[in-house]
Amino acid sequence: MAILVVAEHDNANLSDATHKTVTAAAKIGGDIDILIAGHNAGDVASGAAEIDGVRAVLHADGETLAKQLAEAMQALIVPLMDGYEAVLTPATTNGKNFLPRVAAALNVMQISEIIAVEAADTFVRPIYAGNAMQTVKSKDATKVITVRPTAFAAAKTGGNATVKSIDAPAGPFKSAFVSEELTQSDRPELTAAKIVISGGRGMGSGENFAMIERIADKLGAAVGASRAAVDAGFVPNDYQVGQTGKVVAPALYIAVGISGAIQHLAGMKDSKVIVAINKDEDAPIFQVADYGLVADLFKALPELEAAL
Amino acid sequence: MKVLVPVKRVIDYNVKARVKADGSGVDLANVKMSMNPFGEIAVEEAVRLKEKGVVSEIVVVSIGPTQAQETIRTALAMGADRGILIQTDETVEPLSVAKLLKAVVAEEGPDMAILGKQAIDDDANQTGQMLAALLDWPQGTFASKLEINDGKAIVTREIDGGLQTLEVELPAVITTDLRLNEPRYASLPNIMKAKRKPIDMKTPDDYAVALEIHLEQIKVSEPPQRKAGVIVESVAELVDKLKNEAGVI
Repeated sequence: MAILVVAEHDNANLSDATHKTVTAAAKIGGDIDILIAGHNAGDVASGAAEIDGVRAVLHADGETLAKQLAEAMQALIVPLMDGYEAVLTPATTNGKNFLPRVAAALNVMQISEIIAVEAADTFVRPIYAGNAMQTVKSKDATKVITVRPTAFAAAKTGGNATVKSIDAPAGPFKSAFVSEELTQSDRPELTAAKIVISGGRGMGSGENFAMIERIADKLGAAVGASRAAVDAGFVPNDYQVGQTGKVVAPALYIAVGISGAIQHLAGMKDSKVIVAINKDEDAPIFQVADYGLVADLFKALPELEAAL
Repeated sequence: MKVLVPVKRVIDYNVKARVKADGSGVDLANVKMSMNPFGEIAVEEAVRLKEKGVVSEIVVVSIGPTQAQETIRTALAMGADRGILIQTDETVEPLSVAKLLKAVVAEEGPDMAILGKQAIDDDANQTGQMLAALLDWPQGTFASKLEINDGKAIVTREIDGGLQTLEVELPAVITTDLRLNEPRYASLPNIMKAKRKPIDMKTPDDYAVALEIHLEQIKVSEPPQRKAGVIVESVAELVDKLKNEAGVI
């Protein structure tokens, strides 16, 4: 069996989510090839070749792939699937965008956001915002799968796979990239950070997030937020941790002024250690926290900053 | 222009899903059901485009049991013009939904399909993308802003690092994210008016789509529970525990 892993990258850096997806592919079992679809992404391709257990890296480089738009990704991946029994990609907004198109073109059902591989055709995935776990067996000859990266350990590096160039699809396609507003930050990326500190509606304002940011900088942590804080306009949408935002599983998650709605818990409950700081002792967040501090965050945060 | 808005009847957003003891699924008996929240956002967006004079007709389609008529009525009360219910009590996987919607598109000829990015029951996040692929239409998924201009949709999308704006040629599929709009509550007069709006009753057979099962559900189980932790008395105690007990800082 041969498995294709479609890499997550930004043409300069290979995302760790790719290494985790390789681990999921290895659990299915078979020869693993990695597809780098991008533009001027040669360094990413050499990086992917170093992942352990990879047979080959297919590198498609062209302007049509610069932003990995869904229409071009479909045109690239579907013809390749003659040589593979499975295609996997991380369940990032990027992977979720293009992979269902591939599944539909192949007339198979995508298995979305798997968190475990039970057998080569059987997988576990969260449903109902993580309130239930569904085990499904795919009857399709070709498996099309998105992988929740936080559920798998990253594959190690040290390998030396061959890199083969393949053609990028020519286009034109019916969608075009216009612009991008990416949040600029020197802090680690939310889904890859070892420590995450998130604020909720209890923060009261965007300005008050500065208290969280100062602690994040002391800890080398990423900053996150609940949906309530994002909807209130305190911070941008890409800070959102939760079922419909980002799913994180750091070694330490600190929830500040977050009540713990189901949809938020679904995005962070796999963290190793959870700390909750909330003035409401009945807040549901305390039911999942390893350490709870019932306190006014406006007093507790400065104290915490001073103590670190 | 004409817009197709597919909506799904799902467990209400505020109800906690409970796994059945026999592992056969989630208990939906006597549970409040509502329109998928992302679908509500899709209806709202279509209605706003109609209010701006960009859209002339909004057709709402749902696939599911007879009670899904109520879901369609909700959309009609919000401002959609007419409904189509493809009635079935079978399990309909996203791929089959996409095939049925493709057949509806062939019949109705809309310029755009706007639908929720995912249903809050199966969390599959794939129907819109699959529909786009089957129709060979471009897509603007996870939209937080939508403008129609000169035969094109300018779509701002919520992506992992921030926001991305695309220009897609119409006809196209748009899927909605949380921050696209805040859906309205239907007024009583509009609820009354909606009762007179037409709903076409159809079946999957009418569209010659077989409801194949590609994914066999083996079981549904409870997620692993976390053990309750301890309440600390002070910030100093918290920092001490994190350093010396948990060893994470």
